Amino acid sequence: MNHSISLTINGVPREVALDDPRVTLLDLLRERLDLTGTKKGCDRGQCGACTILVDGRRINSCLALAVSHDGCEITTIEGVAHGEQLHPVQAAFIAHDGFQCGFCTPGQIMSTIGLIQEGQAGDDPERVRECMSGNLCRCGAYAGITEAVLEAQANMTATKQRRSA
Amino acid sequence: MMNFDYVRPANVADAVAAASEKGAAYLASGTNLLELMKGGVSRPSRLVDVTRLPGLDRIERLDDGSLRIGALVRNADLAHDAEFARSYPVVAEALLSGASAQLRNAATVGGNLMQRTRCAYFYDAASACNKRWPGAGCDALKGENRLHAVLGWSEGCIATHPSDFCVPLVALDAVVEIEGKGGRRELPLEALHRLPGETPDRETALEPSDLIVALRLPAAAQSFAAHGRYIKVRERTSYAFAVVSAAAHLRIENGNIREARLALGGVAAKPWRARAAEQLLAGTTPDVVQYREAARAALADAKPSGDNAFKIELAQRIVVRALTLATAGTPARTPALPGSPFSSVAGA
Repeated sequence: MNHSISLTINGVPREVALDDPRVTLLDLLRERLDLTGTKKGCDRGQCGACTILVDGRRINSCLALAVSHDGCEITTIEGVAHGEQLHPVQAAFIAHDGFQCGFCTPGQIMSTIGLIQEGQAGDDPERVRECMSGNLCRCGAYAGITEAVLEAQANMTATKQRRSA
Repeated sequence: MMNFDYVRPANVADAVAAASEKGAAYLASGTNLLELMKGGVSRPSRLVDVTRLPGLDRIERLDDGSLRIGALVRNADLAHDAEFARSYPVVAEALLSGASAQLRNAATVGGNLMQRTRCAYFYDAASACNKRWPGAGCDALKGENRLHAVLGWSEGCIATHPSDFCVPLVALDAVVEIEGKGGRRELPLEALHRLPGETPDRETALEPSDLIVALRLPAAAQSFAAHGRYIKVRERTSYAFAVVSAAAHLRIENGNIREARLALGGVAAKPWRARAAEQLLAGTTPDVVQYREAARAALADAKPSGDNAFKIELAQRIVVRALTLATAGTPARTPALPGSPFSSVAGA
């Protein structure tokens, strides 16, 4: 059976014909739309490497059926920088060595963008760690990740305040 | 994953009709179901996608003071709803102690109630499991079972119900609204999940085409808002299921406990209401000796189902801890590590 769905991916409207309802958002992005920045780690919602934003909220794309997300707006790691200018979260991960091998990094960055948007953690490192617990880093770069989240959040808040001033 | 027919009905009546076909299953966000389908544990021939059903994503205060929560409200949205968190802070803490931020953003209220056990033998298609294959036997009985049930289990199944959310809900007399072939009906949450007995494959009181449309918290449940805590021991501080947990609620008036509500998680195939302990506490003054007595009553019928006798002692200590923290007062804001007995902040 054919299911046709419309998605806006990184700001670009796409019509996607699905020949199989079993395709997850993760497999759709990686295998059919050539957006391989989103990583497949565990494929069962335990590692967070596949984190993307759907309608602005971070979710595990491995546990989301594409066919169920008709009409949704998707943001992946490929869509966060402006040309050569990195997203503040990307810049903060580099500044604080928030990674080693890099495999979990796209998921960590998308999760951080979601976390800052949610606004629940504030500048408390313990709340940041708790709110990032859905993203595993097998290299153990957690200390740098926490610093990167805090700095990115501070920078984004400052920029926002400058703009509204 | 076995292939399936995908349908997305426009309203609840069409959804119930679509799910009446043999082999059909409802799909909400799918955070548990898709994992089960990938492993071949669940093999629905039809998925009835309920995520777009109109009107099921609202939180509303009814005239009688109860709060009605649509089945499609996402776990994160409910936990962060200001009125909800103020009225039922223990439920909010339990929600935030479960899963990860990504999963809470996706998982729904109805889906949380209907999630399956995390028993590893249930998930492993090569293991014998009476839940997956009635009559096959239970490999957990002689396997790695330190996390399995200590209350209400049978020789047929020793799995536990994994939900944190359901633990304070069952203590607060939550009610589930169900739409089925016979129309609308309701059920106390306590009667939704079944103990395994001889039929561990029958986990709930629902028929396959029954759809949970809402959850209701009675007005009286708000009277516990000032003195409540959810405490959960995990094998790591965050993003893990409960080894054991306890939701403690006290209504303290003039220094006396007028009424207590207590339930435990991680100990049985259902969220476990501890009524005998509640009765012991009612009318007493808050006191740790009394709390130990109540904890003993809560676990009086417990017996190990394997290498898990430690859970009986641990559960009693967690009950005492939850009651003690509840007495001190509900924190103004959910703690940084929700449900955790550990914190870098003293006294939290």
